[in-house]
Amino acid sequence: MNLKLKIWRQKGPKAEGKMVEYPVNDVSPDMSFLEMLDVLNDHLVEKGDEPVAFEHDCREGICGSCSLYINGEPHGPGRGITTCQLHMRSFKEGETVYIEPWRAKAFPIIKDLVTDRSAFDRIVQSGGFISVNTGSPVDANAIPIRKESADEAFDAATCIGCGACVASCKNASAMLFVSAKVSHLSLLPQGQPQAKERVLAMVAQMDAEGFGNCTNTQACEVECPKGISIEHIARMNREYLGAAISYSPPKATVGGD
Amino acid sequence: MSEYRKETSELDARAPEGPLAEKWTHHKDHVRLVSPGNKRRIDIIVVGTGLAGASAAASLAEMGYNVKAFCFQDSPRRAHSIAAQGGINAAKNYQNDGDSTFRLFYDTIKGGDYRSREANVYRLAEVSTHIIDQCVAQGVPFARDYGGLLDNRSFGGVQVSRTFYARGQTGQQLLLGAYSALSKMIGKGGVKMYNRHEMLDLVKVDGKARGIIARNLITGEIERHSAHAVILATGGYGNVFFLSTNAMGSNVTANWKAHKKGAYFANPCFTQIHPTCIPVSGDHQSKLTLMSESLRNDGRIWVPKQKGDTRKPNLIPEDERDYYLERRYPAFGNLVPRDVASRAAKERCDAGYGVGASKMAVYLDFADIIKRIGADGVAAKYGNLFQMYEKITDENPYEVPMRIYPAVHYTMGGLWVDYNLMSNVEGLYVLGEANFSDHGSNRLGASALMQGLADGYFVVPYTVGDYLADDIRTGPISINLPEFEQAEKAVKDRLAAFVNNKGSKPVDYYHRQLGKIVWEQCGMSRNAEGLKQAIIDINALREDFYKNVRVPGGVNELNQELEKAGRVADFIELGALMCQDALDRNESCGGHFREEFQTPEGEALRDDDNYAYVAAWEYQGAGVPAILHKEELVYENIKMVQRSYK
Repeated sequence: MNLKLKIWRQKGPKAEGKMVEYPVNDVSPDMSFLEMLDVLNDHLVEKGDEPVAFEHDCREGICGSCSLYINGEPHGPGRGITTCQLHMRSFKEGETVYIEPWRAKAFPIIKDLVTDRSAFDRIVQSGGFISVNTGSPVDANAIPIRKESADEAFDAATCIGCGACVASCKNASAMLFVSAKVSHLSLLPQGQPQAKERVLAMVAQMDAEGFGNCTNTQACEVECPKGISIEHIARMNREYLGAAISYSPPKATVGGD
Repeated sequence: MSEYRKETSELDARAPEGPLAEKWTHHKDHVRLVSPGNKRRIDIIVVGTGLAGASAAASLAEMGYNVKAFCFQDSPRRAHSIAAQGGINAAKNYQNDGDSTFRLFYDTIKGGDYRSREANVYRLAEVSTHIIDQCVAQGVPFARDYGGLLDNRSFGGVQVSRTFYARGQTGQQLLLGAYSALSKMIGKGGVKMYNRHEMLDLVKVDGKARGIIARNLITGEIERHSAHAVILATGGYGNVFFLSTNAMGSNVTANWKAHKKGAYFANPCFTQIHPTCIPVSGDHQSKLTLMSESLRNDGRIWVPKQKGDTRKPNLIPEDERDYYLERRYPAFGNLVPRDVASRAAKERCDAGYGVGASKMAVYLDFADIIKRIGADGVAAKYGNLFQMYEKITDENPYEVPMRIYPAVHYTMGGLWVDYNLMSNVEGLYVLGEANFSDHGSNRLGASALMQGLADGYFVVPYTVGDYLADDIRTGPISINLPEFEQAEKAVKDRLAAFVNNKGSKPVDYYHRQLGKIVWEQCGMSRNAEGLKQAIIDINALREDFYKNVRVPGGVNELNQELEKAGRVADFIELGALMCQDALDRNESCGGHFREEFQTPEGEALRDDDNYAYVAAWEYQGAGVPAILHKEELVYENIKMVQRSYK
């Protein structure tokens, strides 16, 4: 089939960008969306033009590299998929397809469709972990964990850090991303000792990165390729409130003699 | 043949003496240590942040070393370990089915068709249990049963259930565990993280690995980084085939640069073709998608008994189906190791029994298990895999059998390392899939995650100290040494040559050509004639590439075509070495199947008298045959026999 693409082109972070139109012909319905862009790029290179920069890696929906705002939706039409899992059979002959990068202040554009999502890393570095050093932990079965809790923690932990939640949100809020990590760790007994520090630190970093707040639009849940529920946001809010009221930083300890 | 075969010294693995079960403990107790105060004076570079790299970087930083970690992705969390589906092995014996360290060791050696190093594999089995403990402590949400304890499943090539899993996303959960440990140490300042940086050369000073040249992929800046030791955890080279289950960015460049600087490349022809992948659908295809081996726990593989049968699968009656794995291997059935399952699928398709439009596919059928436990039960076990299959093929595997075909998945070969995981270049360590050590000529399912984390959490943190104990008074390594200057200049010249080339063909054109040659001549089966031709073809392709490749854009910016060009250039050289290695090994073993060497039943025929060695190749220049070094494989604790899964 033949399509018309309108793609956001931007030379660099400070350059001005614009939508540029490209026709693509002989698109097979079995192609993935990114394979369609591969074909476009090979044509552009052969003509001596610069190919469109876009991020991608695993191409099976798990690494979280691919992004793209397609026809006004993160990861395009279809639910529960990333752009690399979107196939051209979802489009109609002759259709015009608009392709833009993630749009959020905290995800500045690097080039064309590539944005900088390192804010997510910094949020995790601020507290999205359990402080256990490599060494000799207790036997894995020493602490039984209710299957329901383990499964719920797993559901939250399936977040791939793609940023679709931020891109879909009118406030560019990262609450779904942050709450998924907070939930994953606080649902497990191993995550309990640090639960208060974790939620306070991660929320503070989230705010410092310039993400907006949550106003319960719920677009993030709809667009999340892993179907992560906004219940986690509610849980995070409860935890944050509790921690903010009750948390007192540990007192400095004086060494022995 | 003689032009491909120049031998020099034998390699010493430096495995400790003593009984197998005591080697590692004894070794750990006697290697030199670096005191906490001295660790602060030592810098370590870790390239790659997958399971092996992230776990090593985090653990070393926790110990007090200054760590610099590098990944080419925009975040360490995106390393390709994230895509591993099935699980991770550990000899916990939670299922009380008679599992033990010895059995895991034995299964791995046998699965690897007696071409891996005994001492390393035993150590791997020994530390496997700690990995599970460590990961659970980090919050990795493994599958649990209703009693709240960890659940297990079975994988190919074994008769126990020792595989721990997190639905079909085990790699993701383990990597996020290692990433969280790494993030913790980045936050604390123990690790300086360089995202979107690609290593483009290794820097050696006085024969020792002392740093790297890296390109900042955003600005294009070429940077010098020094350290007292360099650790490569840069994954496998399956993308030499163009089509593979690897991520698009997975590449051999870091390893290849180290190889060009003297590190030996071991057993490059040992590649794993995974039996259950979604078949190729057309020329546009950019990658192949795996369907986890765990599906073979419950799925049954078959083809029609009648050649060229075009009926829909559900219309073919039971007695007209050939469940060829169950027929040929009654003891292991559908759970034979990957190399055996892949070859059997190829054999059926080549003989004209393949299914689907291309006839290059076999059925993986879940009708029996759906009847037994219902569609909901199946969804709970494999839901995400079934969904993934349907998204790609537009077919519902709950209703019709999956169509699958083997695809390149993993590479057992890699840089040669000794027992301490140090290459023959002093101070250069290699971990995970990037090294060659533990899987012989065929890796068992759920063992890659185990090896990556074993190397990173539990092996290199101990062994690296033994080497670094000599460096406690060395002081920082200067990046102004002439060795850094020369390496930087070479990198810059090479990049400039690409963008200034007046060619006409995109990089992908060459990558596809290379993939075609290597897949056809050095894929699931190989023969001497084809391999010789492949070497000629690859050398011709290399010349054409440098003459006619077109790389638009400049060097001082984000330039994805330039990144690809450098990687494909290295893959081309590697392709020739793989063929040389495959040609040299006049036997069949594991994933290396030479048509000239097979039993009357079509099974791999090893030649232990002449080929029970690791082939470690020394670089001699592009287009020039490499020099062979051998590490003899000595088995003190098991007997080498013909592998049988019947």
